[in-house]
Amino acid sequence: MTGFSAWASNLADLFYRCFIKEDRYKLLVSGIGVTIKVSLLAVVIGILIGMLIAMCNLSKRKPLKLIGGIYTDIIRGTPSVTQLMIIYFVIFATVNLDKWIIASIAFGVNSGAYVSEIIRAGIMSIDKGQTEAGRSLGLNAFQTMTRIVIPQAVKNIFPALCNEFIVLIKETAIVGYVGLMDIQKAGDFIKSATFIAFMPLIGTAIIYYVLIKMLTLLLNKIESSLRKSDVR
Amino acid sequence: MIKVKNLHKKFDNLTVLDGIDEHITQGEVVVIIGPSGSGKSTFLRCLNLLEDVTEGEIYVDDELINSPKVNVNKIRQKMGMVFQQFNLFPHLTIMENITLAPVLLKKMTKEEAVKKGQELLERVNLSEKADAYPAQLSGGQKQRVAIARALAMNPEIMLFDEPTSALDPEMVGEVLDVMKDLAKSGMTMVIVTHEMGFAREVATRVLFIDQGVVMESGTPEEIFNNPQNERTQLFLSKVL
Repeated sequence: MTGFSAWASNLADLFYRCFIKEDRYKLLVSGIGVTIKVSLLAVVIGILIGMLIAMCNLSKRKPLKLIGGIYTDIIRGTPSVTQLMIIYFVIFATVNLDKWIIASIAFGVNSGAYVSEIIRAGIMSIDKGQTEAGRSLGLNAFQTMTRIVIPQAVKNIFPALCNEFIVLIKETAIVGYVGLMDIQKAGDFIKSATFIAFMPLIGTAIIYYVLIKMLTLLLNKIESSLRKSDVR
Repeated sequence: MIKVKNLHKKFDNLTVLDGIDEHITQGEVVVIIGPSGSGKSTFLRCLNLLEDVTEGEIYVDDELINSPKVNVNKIRQKMGMVFQQFNLFPHLTIMENITLAPVLLKKMTKEEAVKKGQELLERVNLSEKADAYPAQLSGGQKQRVAIARALAMNPEIMLFDEPTSALDPEMVGEVLDVMKDLAKSGMTMVIVTHEMGFAREVATRVLFIDQGVVMESGTPEEIFNNPQNERTQLFLSKVL
């Protein structure tokens, strides 16, 4: 019994030193904010770029196809940390933008390549007869795409897109490389300040886990309501 | 109404249509028969440019349609197409399937289109299905909706690409009945089918296509009772 109480009081002491003393928890709280805002903006940018690249890849025009292909190839072939650092320290070196916005752009550029493949696959999963039926009625290619193909593709795309969103949130744990204090960096900072590894790192993991769990539950809800509308 | 001159269609090295000359006039019901792989579906799909033409000319109402200057979408609005696989839009109700194109292309207001849709559904005997989704219908019902959908654009010509080939046998009749009605109403129709009885009954003219050319053309009596071409005779001896 004394062994347990000693262990528990030790744990409480570690907790106090890591999170309460000098208001260290505030670092983590603001870190959560950074992670969330970088991820959200990155998702929006990623979806926009993804749609653009998907259109290039699906296009019949050779130069567009080539651009789409090269983009996806380069992004998939290089580490995201490298991409982040190149975008931050090279491409945006002389541009006066908030750090977190530049980081979001970097993650959006990265995510866009994966999103484009998801969208492309979703659109290609719709039977060619649907396009032919639309065109045979006199709809142009754009009307056929927006009224017939995309509404059907969205339901197929959504789960994969959710997955990509979750991957993206975890990817943002590297923003410390460009000096942003997100959850990961905050945990790391506490570790260096207190010389305690266990508590801040486990704490970081728990925060990410809870964040992603909540998001997953939310996305599942949205998905099932999407499905509900197509009860046949 | 439709004039086809020296139509060729190649897929890479495979020649599917090898010089077709044909003239389809207003009010004709032309039934195209022939062995599978003979090019009959391709011919039909060329007529509304779902396939691009390799060589030759297609005129609709004296307008050359396989030219880059032409607005293909406008041409297609004159021609309704019915597919073997129905190709209804699964995310839309039956009524929405029918009204989508006329409203989107500003041929009708929403109210006019719905009114027209109700008339058409009545015509194909499916009034009670207006709010159903395609997945809730049988094959025969789907195909009748597909016909109604094509008619909603008030086309001058209706093209049918093996409209009963994907149906269970007991549903073929209901679709053919709708097509017979349509033929009686004076609609110009081009139909690819394997239903020889239907061809005999409804066609004003039968085309026998084989190896990418029109081997023989004539009234149903001429083709079915007294075929001149050897290949027509061989084909009919197998299917009749």
